[in-house]
Amino acid sequence: MMQLFDIIASAGLWAAILRIATPLIFGTLGALLCERAGVLNLGIEGIMTFGAMIGWISVYHGADLWTGLLIAAIAGGVFGLLHAGLTVTLGLSQHVAGLGVTLFASSFSYYVFRLIVPLANTPPTIVPFQPIAIPGLSTLPFIGPAFFTQTAPTYLAILIALLMAYIIFRTPVGLAIRMTGENPHAAEAQGVNPMKVRYGAVVAGSALMGMGGAFLTLSAFNSFFPTMVQGRGWICIALVVFASWRPGRALFGALLFAFFDAFQLRLQTVLSGLVPYQLFLMTPYILSIAALAVMARRARVPQALMQPYRRGER
Amino acid sequence: MRFERREHRPLYLLIVTPVIAVIAALALAGILISIAGAPVLDAYWRILTGAFGSRLSVTETLTRATPLMLTGLAAAVAFRARLWNIGAEGQFYLGAIAVAAASSKLLGNLPAPILIPLLLLIGAIAGMVLILVPLWLRLRFSVDEVVTSLLLNFIAVLFVSMLIDGVLKDPLAFGWPQSQSVSDHAMLPKLIARSRLHIGFAIAIALALVVHLVQSRTVFGMQSRAAGLNPAGAVFAGVPLGRTLVKVACLSGGLAGLAGAIEVMGVKGYVTTDLSPGFGYAGIVVAMLANLNPLGVVFAAIFTATMFVGADGMSRGLGIPTYIADVTVALSLLTMLIALFFTQYRIRR
Repeated sequence: MMQLFDIIASAGLWAAILRIATPLIFGTLGALLCERAGVLNLGIEGIMTFGAMIGWISVYHGADLWTGLLIAAIAGGVFGLLHAGLTVTLGLSQHVAGLGVTLFASSFSYYVFRLIVPLANTPPTIVPFQPIAIPGLSTLPFIGPAFFTQTAPTYLAILIALLMAYIIFRTPVGLAIRMTGENPHAAEAQGVNPMKVRYGAVVAGSALMGMGGAFLTLSAFNSFFPTMVQGRGWICIALVVFASWRPGRALFGALLFAFFDAFQLRLQTVLSGLVPYQLFLMTPYILSIAALAVMARRARVPQALMQPYRRGER
Repeated sequence: MRFERREHRPLYLLIVTPVIAVIAALALAGILISIAGAPVLDAYWRILTGAFGSRLSVTETLTRATPLMLTGLAAAVAFRARLWNIGAEGQFYLGAIAVAAASSKLLGNLPAPILIPLLLLIGAIAGMVLILVPLWLRLRFSVDEVVTSLLLNFIAVLFVSMLIDGVLKDPLAFGWPQSQSVSDHAMLPKLIARSRLHIGFAIAIALALVVHLVQSRTVFGMQSRAAGLNPAGAVFAGVPLGRTLVKVACLSGGLAGLAGAIEVMGVKGYVTTDLSPGFGYAGIVVAMLANLNPLGVVFAAIFTATMFVGADGMSRGLGIPTYIADVTVALSLLTMLIALFFTQYRIRR
């Protein structure tokens, strides 16, 4: 019992929570933006993998970290364009198209990585983003080391969450996105072009997914290895439902999720030998499924989600 | 430019479509091969000869196609009813580990003619059990089964890892996490002597035929198709939607579990966490390439296996990463989606 308390009271845990949450925040916001406009983007797992790979490769070849992050965002956007082409222009099944994008993007990532970095015993590394201590706040006891000594992309992720909440609920662009996700026919009657809105949302959302992946290689770790995304993309899709399609709750959901993940990591060391470690590794996936089961009914799904929009065809 | 729905689909289009899609995917992958600095035609020739150039390579390719046929069928039957079972990978592993557990501990001493069918059944049931979780969540809480069945893949592999690290660990494996071997007489008989090709291949083809007949000739087949085409209309027409989905799910999960069982009993003899190089995910592509047609799955699986087996040899010869096989297979899923679209729509200006 005392050990459990020690874990929760340690600043290390709280710092880890923000670190673990960051790729989830990027990914969840990205998926959320796509879905608000009515497009389910199951390409996320592959897009994150590609972002992780291309961001790392760029920095490995001399780009600075911010450029690496930008390249990952652009690459994510390109995959978003592919997904939008399949689902918005052609109106194909969003499930199948997304799986196709994921399979292609992940295998393409491995291919490009192996092409540039042939098999080596120890994977090459880069110098990742360093934590930035925010003057004044970082010296606060307990809260300081946890919340105000993170790397720059973590601050950026939180900023984007707040910005997205503002855009979606307070601006005309946000209104157009929400209308397109609820009823594209009504949106069109109001002078909104649903196709353009969906393209924009999917490309921008996929760019965020690419950045989420790049966080893994440019900040959390310093090298790329296949399967490093490890289902984080799918967890983000679950978190969107958990967040009921609201950016603020997405931020909260990602943090809550990261709390459990960071907690189980530390619990593992306490209980090592008593409980198989695989049980701990399962918890993020079990939590995601539980979150879906609890929230799915209560959540307000965008009404036109997964429905292709074709002019003059209902 | 706009798209106009075709009044009817000519038959030749449905046959030509997959061929065009595969050629397009090979052409796109050819660009990647030439970027890597290798001659494209030579690379494809090496893939072809690598997969079919010798007696050994032919049997290897067909051995590799066997689990792909079964996971492909699993995806095809589910997708046709619009049940998005993306959990074939996890169901595969659960089928595999169930066989390893049952054969080594409980039933290992039964004679082969009883033991083998019993183990296959156990593998199939294990796959069914796993798919019932996402199905239950969908029917009870209306949770989209794509994400839940996918997340269960990670859970299933970790569960297998836990067992082969613990109760099912082979004490003779020098500390490697590997399950105890299934008993010798639980191994599937060879189809061709001095090769790895086993009767699982024949079983897979027979099942493709059975699934085809079930889908085209039975009430259940009709109901499952109706459930996929138009769920609301199907309910109105008196199709018991929930019950149909349960049956479809059991068939799908059972086939994926069987794939795992057959892979253990036909090839490896024991379970490790790299038993499947993504058979479950590749099965999705196989099903799509076959346009969800059970007989088409046989050919799509052989194509996919050709890429995987052939790419090994090409990779060694030309220094191209073997991942080119996965890239080509994934690309053919995308090109097939686009090609299928043009069987349904034509372009109008």
